[in-house]
Formats: sequence, structure tokens, C-alpha cells
Amino acid sequence: MKIHAIDRQGKEHTLEGRDGWSVMEILRDGGLDIAAECGGACACATCHVYINDGWFEKLPAPSEAEIDMLDMALAVEPNSRLSCQVICSNETDGIKVTVAPE
Amino acid sequence: MKLGVDYPMTAAPIETDVAIIGAGPIGLFAVFELGLLDLKCHLIDILDRPGGQCTELYPEKPIYDIPGLPIVTGQELVNKLLEQIKPFAPQFHFSEMATGLEKLPDGRWKLKTDAGTELIAPVVVIAAGAGSFQPKRPPVPGIESFENAGDGIGVHYAVRKMETFRGKNILIAGGGDSALDWVINLAPLAKSMTLVHHRDGFRAAAHSVNQMRELEKEGKVKFHVASVKAIHGEPGKMTGVTLAGHDKSEWNLDADAFLPFFGLTIKLGPIAEFGINLNENLIPVDTARFESQTPGIFAIGDINTYTGKLKLILSGFHEAALMAQAAFHIARPNEKLRFQYTTSSSNLQKKLGVS
Repeated sequence: MKIHAIDRQGKEHTLEGRDGWSVMEILRDGGLDIAAECGGACACATCHVYINDGWFEKLPAPSEAEIDMLDMALAVEPNSRLSCQVICSNETDGIKVTVAPE
Repeated sequence: MKLGVDYPMTAAPIETDVAIIGAGPIGLFAVFELGLLDLKCHLIDILDRPGGQCTELYPEKPIYDIPGLPIVTGQELVNKLLEQIKPFAPQFHFSEMATGLEKLPDGRWKLKTDAGTELIAPVVVIAAGAGSFQPKRPPVPGIESFENAGDGIGVHYAVRKMETFRGKNILIAGGGDSALDWVINLAPLAKSMTLVHHRDGFRAAAHSVNQMRELEKEGKVKFHVASVKAIHGEPGKMTGVTLAGHDKSEWNLDADAFLPFFGLTIKLGPIAEFGINLNENLIPVDTARFESQTPGIFAIGDINTYTGKLKLILSGFHEAALMAQAAFHIARPNEKLRFQYTTSSSNLQKKLGVS
């Protein structure tokens, strides 16, 4: 399963997703500059990404906790998610994300 | 947190055995291990309370991998560590950032903070996690040049004196408790108060949200689902902003002051300028002493790196214990280190106040 990720410099990376892993973990292990300070606990909003090209609507809806935590992210748009809360599966194969500004 | 505050240079330098940067779980446990060896500690932390990430990011979240504690929250762990180190009477310097480190002719180190505190010690321990917590800065072009513009004008990440905002056109951004609390508290004395947030919903406490909605109804607060795209004016003299909605519509707003409240993020900060060898913002150490490549400067916890490093609290505890042994020989070069167990040593039990 693939993840197409655009980093803060605008460069596109194609990463191999892993079933059950969070998108944040794949981005971090793929060497993209993403802080993810709390390590995936939905507690810091520093793994903020935009979900592109219609993929936002295809994902399971964010939890109340994630929606609340997004209030602490910068430059939030309607297609914003915390990547630690987006889980890779066959359904997310080919997902397109952009790392949000720091 | 006191950010951008001018402190008077006052007190004389404080001499101690060990100066610790960072009062997170690892810095706190270092006090225990050093204390067993009779080394006294001073700790500096930019936050206004102990615990670091444990209390700042996840005070209520359970941790399951602390040996012997099947479940403990971040705050509970910190409380227990504080109880454990109490016999050693560590001295805390909260809301201070370590800003400078220099070697003295006698071989000791002088560590300075932005509050003017000076610690002189033969050993410095960096237990700074990922660095210092700092306010998140919105990605608005040139925002830096409007920071530190003076009382009540420009960009501020904290409110020190409410009075300085009297009669000003104030713009607040954010949806958490800080944002709404300051909307509510500053609205009565502002010339105008505008709140912008990315959605018509808030993570802040319900009663604060209700109060804000009331003020909005009374016309004392204007609320927009929008973000700040640009700041107008000269550096140091802000005159207004461009706001943008999610539909890309843009409009201008007069504002003397812009207060973004998006919580804190972690930046390495001045440690990068201390002259210690760094590798991708981490301090390489040896795994026998956990000393940096600068003798007398140790690094423990998430800030260090070595082959096999795991960023776990339990690893940091181990690192603190070995660091303390090595630190002893620097702080007490003429004394013999006596390795003892707390279970069997009446000498250690006396220090702990239990016998």
C-alpha cells in the first residue's frame, strides 16, 4: 500500500504504508520532517497533515479528541488531520497527504 | 511561562555540585541518583512546573511501561518522582531558559539563564528532552518582526499585564482555554476584540465557550471562522491583518495587537550554541558515563544519542544512574565512591530520611 506525501519543501515522496501503522509513523520513518512530539498520543498536534484529492472524505471520521486537538494546530484547513490518527489499511492505499507548515 | 520578559541581573552566582537543564522525569530522577552520592543539584526548566513533556503534553494519559508501575499517568509519575527526591532538597529555577554555558578557569562551568540566574558547578547534566517548550508561531510571513514590539502592541504569545492592552484593537487566534480565557478577560478593556478560529467549535471548557458566545451576542466580541494570512504595518508598529476564510475570501481588520494561542511546541533552543558536539540535534554520548564529547557535560534522556538508543523513560533512568557515578568522580576527585544499596545501607537510608 502506498502513501504519496508532499513535504514542506513541496517535494513528493512515495512511501510504503504498513497495515495498522499510523500515517505519522510511516512519514517519520520515511525521513519526512514531522515533529510528532507526543509520539502518537493525540496530545500535541505536531503531526498535522492535509489530506488531498478527495481522500479526506474516504477516511473514517476523526474522533472528538482529534478534532479538539486540531485546535492546537496551525493553519488548519477543512481537510486537516493529525497523521497519528490516520491508520494505514487497504482502503488507504494510494492516499495523498501534505505535511502542514510548522 | 514568562516569555520575552526582561529580568534584572541581580543575585550572585550560585555554587552547587550539579546543574541540571530540564526538570522532566529524567532530570528529576538524576537528583535521586546524584543525591545518594551526596551531590546537590539545581534544576532549570523553561516551564513553570516540574515534569516536562509528562505534565505538559500528557498529564492525564496513562503510561504502561514504567517498571513496577503497571499503570501511571504522566502527572502521577512526576508526583512520585518529586516525593522520591524530596530528601535531597533540589533547588528549582522554573520559567527560566538556560541560555549560556562557559568554562571557568578553575575547570567548573557557569550556566546562565534568561532570568539572570548563574549556576557554577563542576558538572552540568543536560536532561532537556527534545529541547525547550516554546509557543507555536503561526505561519504568517514576517510575524517575527512584530514580536517584542512593546506593551500591548504587536504579536504576543502571553499576557503579562492586562492593563497594557486597554483601549487597543485586539485580535486573538485559537480555540483552546488560553485563547478563550483571554478573549473573556481582555474584552472589557479592549477598544475592540476579535477572535478567529478554524472552526465554529472550541476545545476550550464549555463555560468559557458559553461566556464568549454571550459576549459575541452583546457585540463585545467579533468571531470569525478564519485565519490570519498577513500582518500589516511596519516592524514594531502593527496596524492590522488580512484574514482569510476557508472559502479563500479575504478581508482586512484593524488590529494593534495579535495574540495567537496554539499551545507549545519543542525547539532545541540555545543548547545548540553551547559548543557541545551535536548530531541531528541530539548529543552523542558514551554508554558507560553518558558524557558528551565535552568532559563534565553529561546528557541523559531523549536529548542524547548512542548505538541502540531508545527514547523511553526507563532508559533515561538507567542513564541517570550511570551518569551519577561518573559525575561523582568529577565533583569529588579526592573521594572514594562507595557503591551501596538502598535496601541494606543504613547510611543511604539516613539520607533518605527513613532510618
